[in-house]
Amino acid sequence: MRITTTVNGAVHEVDDVWPGESLLYMLRERMGLPGSKNACEQGECGSCTVYLDGEPVCSCLVAAGQAIGREVTTVEGLATEGQLHPVQEAFLECGAVQCGFCTPGLLVAAHDLLARVPDPSDLEIREALAGNLCRCTGYEKILDAVRSAARRQAEA
Amino acid sequence: MDFLQPTSWTDALAARAERPDAVAIAGGTDVMVDLNFDRRRPGALLDLGRVPELREWAAEDGWVRLGAGVPYSRIIEELAIQLPGLAMASRTVGSPQIRIRATVGGNLGSASPAGDAHPPLLAAGAVVEVQSAARGARRIPAEEFYTGVKRNALAPDELIAAVLVPTAAGPQQFCKVGTRNAMVIAVSAFACALHPDRKTVGTGIGSAAPTPRRAPDAEDFLAGELQAAGLWDSRGRLPEELARAFGERVAAAASPIDDVRGSAAYRRHSLSVMARRAVTWAWNDLREAA
Repeated sequence: MRITTTVNGAVHEVDDVWPGESLLYMLRERMGLPGSKNACEQGECGSCTVYLDGEPVCSCLVAAGQAIGREVTTVEGLATEGQLHPVQEAFLECGAVQCGFCTPGLLVAAHDLLARVPDPSDLEIREALAGNLCRCTGYEKILDAVRSAARRQAEA
Repeated sequence: MDFLQPTSWTDALAARAERPDAVAIAGGTDVMVDLNFDRRRPGALLDLGRVPELREWAAEDGWVRLGAGVPYSRIIEELAIQLPGLAMASRTVGSPQIRIRATVGGNLGSASPAGDAHPPLLAAGAVVEVQSAARGARRIPAEEFYTGVKRNALAPDELIAAVLVPTAAGPQQFCKVGTRNAMVIAVSAFACALHPDRKTVGTGIGSAAPTPRRAPDAEDFLAGELQAAGLWDSRGRLPEELARAFGERVAAAASPIDDVRGSAAYRRHSLSVMARRAVTWAWNDLREAA
């Protein structure tokens, strides 16, 4: 089937999509957007988190056809004009990235949190990131990064 | 595989009737897992995400008619007052990403004994509204809707339209045991609802029997004891022994199994503890409200 959808601000037409395939598969394997990661394929790990019409979702659990006519933003769409988003800068500076596999999903989830809650409590950060697993960092540096990004955002 | 994407309820029912080989998909949080892992290869996917009627809820005459496609995130935000038990359970579903997509209709369609929505629906006395193009709508009490492990009363040509949940007349509680606060498939779960207007008690047990189920003996026992002691009217303290005896009766209503998430014995024990605590919390809420 043909899927017409907006990804990172541009309208795309993707052909030969199998109706049972996930949005994640379409993004990675048919659209050359490997930023969203494919790990658990059952919504447990959050590594594939993207925005669908402005809401963070596990793209592995969205059928590609469900994205027809919708707006998708992936981790590749967070930076603007070659400038990393403050959330991305904070992850780099705080060492919130080790192997990096969970990072794209965490960036989208943290980006969403800070857009809704500019100055989140630790509890709010933990709750917002509860659907994203990281097996390297122990999460402390990720929490640091989100706090740091919130400060940057407040100063900007 | 075909991808069917009706944009109205009428078209959705027509598609359901024409394609018995189609699997209905709403949020996708259950169905896509089966597709990703090659456990299911249906002839078609019937995407219900573009049917506006399913994404609405309305308060009508002491009930909330909750469209089958309203996601848990909206139940938490919009229905915490009217449906406190369901809202509490909704907060424990998956993760933020899952709650934004997953729906009560999906929980009912999957009919897993571990589905988080089932215990509060049972405790509240909810009714499932299903519909087919050929025979119109029919209403099935939640306790009759679950017919076996991942089986429900839905006919092949029917879709779940909505669930009708009585607006809470008293406090409701929900408890769930799992290894962490997020992304947990319940080891066991319990919901209770106090109905002070009718002087009755509602219960719902999850993950501890082939289907979600009520504990009718526990309900009748507690309502009767509260009546006998005049507590419905006096709103006095709930005796600890009564809460404990209620918990034991709830546990006795379960028929759990040993599996990877927990043993049958643990499920029974945890149910008795959850039921004792939940009913005490609910009763204390009732006393405070008085």
